[in-house]
Amino acid sequence: MAKLLRLVATRLGLGLLTLLVVSVLIFFAVELLPGDLAEAVLGQAATEETVEAMRRQLGLDRPAPVRYLEWLGGALRGDFGTSLISGAPVGEAIATRFANTLFLAAYAAVIAVPLAILLGVLVALLRNSIFDRVANVATLTSISSPEFFVGYILILFLSIRTGWFPSNASLSGDMSLTDQLYRAFLSALTLVLVVTAHMMRMTRAAIINLLASPYIEMARLKGVPPWRRIVRHALPNAWAPIINVVALNLAYLITGVVLVEVVFVYPGIGQLLVDAVAKRDFPIVQACCLIFAATFILLNLAADVGAILTNPRLRHPK
Amino acid sequence: MSILSYVFIAVLALGLGYSLVRRDRELTITVVVVALLAALFYLLGGVGSLNVLSIAAAVLMGAAIAAYAFRFLLIAVLPQGGAQVMRTAPLTAAFGMLVILIYAIAGLFAPLIAPYGEAEVVGSAFAMADDQMILGADQLGRDLFSRLIYGARNTVGLALMATVLAFIAGAIAGLLAAVKGGWFDQVMGRLADVIMSIPSLIFALLILSIFGTNLGVIVVTVAVIYSPRVFRLTRAVAGNIVVMDYVEAAKLRGEGDWYLIRREILPNSTAPLVAEFGLEFCFVFLLIAGLSFLGLGIQPPTADWGSMVRENATLISFGVVTPLIPAAAIALLTVAINFVVDWMLYRSSGLKEGQG
Repeated sequence: MAKLLRLVATRLGLGLLTLLVVSVLIFFAVELLPGDLAEAVLGQAATEETVEAMRRQLGLDRPAPVRYLEWLGGALRGDFGTSLISGAPVGEAIATRFANTLFLAAYAAVIAVPLAILLGVLVALLRNSIFDRVANVATLTSISSPEFFVGYILILFLSIRTGWFPSNASLSGDMSLTDQLYRAFLSALTLVLVVTAHMMRMTRAAIINLLASPYIEMARLKGVPPWRRIVRHALPNAWAPIINVVALNLAYLITGVVLVEVVFVYPGIGQLLVDAVAKRDFPIVQACCLIFAATFILLNLAADVGAILTNPRLRHPK
Repeated sequence: MSILSYVFIAVLALGLGYSLVRRDRELTITVVVVALLAALFYLLGGVGSLNVLSIAAAVLMGAAIAAYAFRFLLIAVLPQGGAQVMRTAPLTAAFGMLVILIYAIAGLFAPLIAPYGEAEVVGSAFAMADDQMILGADQLGRDLFSRLIYGARNTVGLALMATVLAFIAGAIAGLLAAVKGGWFDQVMGRLADVIMSIPSLIFALLILSIFGTNLGVIVVTVAVIYSPRVFRLTRAVAGNIVVMDYVEAAKLRGEGDWYLIRREILPNSTAPLVAEFGLEFCFVFLLIAGLSFLGLGIQPPTADWGSMVRENATLISFGVVTPLIPAAAIALLTVAINFVVDWMLYRSSGLKEGQG
């Protein structure tokens, strides 16, 4: 048990270190701006004095490492500075939008994860049949399609032509939960379609990998029926790779969400990021990038820890 | 109901009869499932959605026939060895090759195929399709079909450039890391870890917000983002080969690193690397398409599929399909490449999936 804790602690420490390095990268990337931030904000027409005043206002007269520590300290407390365009605090703008994005990602995940595992097991059971081949083609197609393609197809058929769901997913705080779920349905469905395909393929691969092992052969020879062989014998050993794939796909959801939010005009952090990039509002860009990267790293970490916990062989290294 | 729907139902009925006569259980189940699906569509969406389903079935059918014909053609045209390989290729792989060939022709000979220039204003904004413009006009009155053809050159060309750059950088670093080991391996490995711990689209947005959106920046950024993938794969593949006896023998002969890479490692790792190139291209292509869709990729008036979708997206709210065509062009190419790569991986792995 102590060994297990140490293994998990090492992973967590490594994750924190990665996060720190990434935060350094995100902060100092802006330092690479041709000229500096003040010049970039004010443009070429600005006079020397206004640029100088802007530098003081932004605190650019102090050395970069000091500013980095301040930025990081603020970020830990949820204070990301003020927007260059509107002057409003970035943290407030992000908080509600990040909650919306998490809501969308969770919505998609709740549908996608059970569906993908169920379908993956089913396809593994029916492998090499025509259904398996059709599923293979269908999932490959779904993975290969850009999110906005899937999104617009859903809008065209489920919203415009039939009028079943709204194409515009803008939420407001006073909506009831069912109303929010209804409004965000098409955005969530887009994410579900893209993510399910990938998870399903990996689940199938993980199970089929195991089916070649001698102990499954043994189960077959003693007369265990196929579904039982997969559900009782193969699946418990396939959990580690499946958990890994689920976590990785949740991490993918976090980034896939950017395009989907833009297609459906969903008020999430992804849309905020895209707007900020177009307007070159760097504090918002940095804050959004840091949040996305942190979520991504955390989920990858969860994948690693999950793999350690479900795999007894990793707990007892030789 | 359109004629196509009647044909679709007739084909289903014929298929059911045939499968019952031949006692082909799999075919019977397939036909019944498709029929149930059609019934479901009819109940939910009425005649309209049944027509859509029939069109989809017809398109699938057409694609299968085209792939079959193309495979037949390749078997007839190719020399002995190639024909032998093609004979075992599944229809999906043949379809993929056909699509890639068509895209390559469209990209290479764009000015010859396209009836108008990519930035040429031909008609009024959002003009409907007619004899001159077979797909209608876009938001500025430019011919959508011509822009689609030019897009094959611009979008695919850019993605190809970024992929080649990512691949060369990643592969060289990976091969050197495998051969040299030591601190070089460590440094490159940690660098790859850091780059891969930032989501690719987010990383691209960060860099593009700083350096602006010109083509050079896009190519380099995308190459940097995706080279760690190539690095890891190359290092893993080469790492397995480096420990082989024949590499050891070459080392003892006194051959240098470059010789080892070129003569011993590369020839033995082509299959996974070629497959990785295909997959890598898909990732890069989708990322670049996503960036253009967000208005941060290739800038107007250059024709580009991602931005074409964005520019014409308002048409979708009127129930028009044309804005989806460039998006479909993106999806079709990625699907095609995935089909071919899937087959190549299956062939090179030589593993048959567990039976029983």
